[in-house]
Amino acid sequence: MRGYSRALGVLGLVSLSCMLLSVSIGSASLSVADTFSVLTGTGTPLQQTLILELRLPRTLSAFATGGLLAVAGALMQVLLRNPLADPYVLGLSGGAAVGALLAMMAGVAGVVVSGSAFAGALLSTFLVFGLAHGTGSWTPSRLLLTGVVVAAGWGALIALILAMSPARQLPGMLYWLMGDISPAANPFPALILLIFVCLLVFPLGRSLNVLARGPMQAAALGVSVRPLEWTVYILASLLTATAVTIAGSVGFVGLIVPHMLRLVLGNDQRLILPACALAGGTLLVLADTLARVVIAPEQLPVGVITALLGVPTFLYLLHRSR
Amino acid sequence: MNPLRANQLVIDIPGRSSGQPLDFTVEPGQVWGVLGPNGAGKTTLLHTLAGLRSPRSGSVGLGKRSLTAWKRRQISQQLGLVFQDRQDGFPATVLETALIGRHPWLSPWQMEAGEDERKAREALQALDVAHLQDRLVSTLSGGERQRVAIATILTQSPETWLLDEPTNHLDLHHQVAVLGLLTEQASLGRSVFMCLHDINLAARWCDHILLLFPDGGACWGTSEKMLVPSALELLYGQKLMTAEIDGAPVFVPAASSGSQSV
Repeated sequence: MRGYSRALGVLGLVSLSCMLLSVSIGSASLSVADTFSVLTGTGTPLQQTLILELRLPRTLSAFATGGLLAVAGALMQVLLRNPLADPYVLGLSGGAAVGALLAMMAGVAGVVVSGSAFAGALLSTFLVFGLAHGTGSWTPSRLLLTGVVVAAGWGALIALILAMSPARQLPGMLYWLMGDISPAANPFPALILLIFVCLLVFPLGRSLNVLARGPMQAAALGVSVRPLEWTVYILASLLTATAVTIAGSVGFVGLIVPHMLRLVLGNDQRLILPACALAGGTLLVLADTLARVVIAPEQLPVGVITALLGVPTFLYLLHRSR
Repeated sequence: MNPLRANQLVIDIPGRSSGQPLDFTVEPGQVWGVLGPNGAGKTTLLHTLAGLRSPRSGSVGLGKRSLTAWKRRQISQQLGLVFQDRQDGFPATVLETALIGRHPWLSPWQMEAGEDERKAREALQALDVAHLQDRLVSTLSGGERQRVAIATILTQSPETWLLDEPTNHLDLHHQVAVLGLLTEQASLGRSVFMCLHDINLAARWCDHILLLFPDGGACWGTSEKMLVPSALELLYGQKLMTAEIDGAPVFVPAASSGSQSV
């Protein structure tokens, strides 16, 4: 499988260069050489603070968020055998948003908002999958429909909260809804989770490939379908909830990145999932860099940029594909 | 080899009150054909025999043990199933599709190696679809997809083959080629158990026949005993004419059948 290592190697190099670019660019631009010297332990104290304490954590957060969202999207698409599945379409972001906005409305900030968003995302997942499970089994169309309807319900709640909130809280809430990498977040738990999932791909990847052919076919080929489906579902929920706590509501990454990669690389999960982690992360790093510099010193919400970058690219690739 | 057997098996068809319990063993070397009208439960029977559905009563055995006592992976090393409907929601090439047949034989940490690919290529060759190996399955014709599905079970290489309408969508030449391949597998000591629509293909290639009636009735035995016009006319509610060609009976529907009863 030399082709796999080459594809992942190229993606890895692109990711690294984008991250390097991202930490160099900003209100005070540094040369790549300066950045490099800081990262290798030299450079002026000012440069060190700027890069190691401000920009690098933010870049790593952006990378982890994008990677988690893309991998979660790819997993859900396999689970539902439906290319439309995505953490956001399935109502997870809605649940997270309601959790976060309620916390903001209560006047708290920081960790409580993140925790509340995490709880909202998990609640929404259990709601969607529990209701769709019903008395029978998960049928992909029923699950997707449940997710879309639950998402619409969250949408109404979000509008209600916005309407009832005092005006001074609205900008913060809107910013959260549009997706924004919070500068305070510690990127390492998310990065570790991302690496863990990418390693899990090795024992699970081939079973996932078979599951993508349908549960009956998978069972006939020796896959224990139900335990595998639960594993995938819990993983995808956990990844999404973690991403949401870092960056709020960033749409499109989970939908677009796996599809773009499938159009180019095929559908072997052992390649697609790590590739999603790298490409999703890179997309969000680029988007976050743009968000910081386009109207500097003001910042744009990163969710807007991912959509503006992702939608045309995706439509172009889809139009060109076989 | 562990032969597949039905022990007092009643399949679970919604809305059917009861059924004749099935009790048979598919011995190595045998080719079974299941005949019955639409809705008689042919597909349900295959899925039940593969352990994908629970029976209403009775059990399915694989060798000396019940099917439920085996691990899913162990079952899939001994028992393969070709489905009538296949999902291809995600793009996959013909070679990748045949390669999933190796899944039961590889440990979770193993990647498919050259040997696995060789087996898949040989299977594609045997089904006359090797030239399509890099095409996406979704771009193939129905008959080509059917042959890819059979190439997948050939790659899987189980001892017992269950097939749901393996000749669906196939042109005449490929019907004969596929049934020839199945009987060849049986002659190597494997067993084949398949649903068929075409009585004449069953008469030509199967040595055992199971007739499934829509009311839950069933009877089974050797082809000579089962393939008699009176039983088949009752099965399909269709008047038949019989001729004998090359020592085997050939059944043709009588022209103006209308709503006759037999």
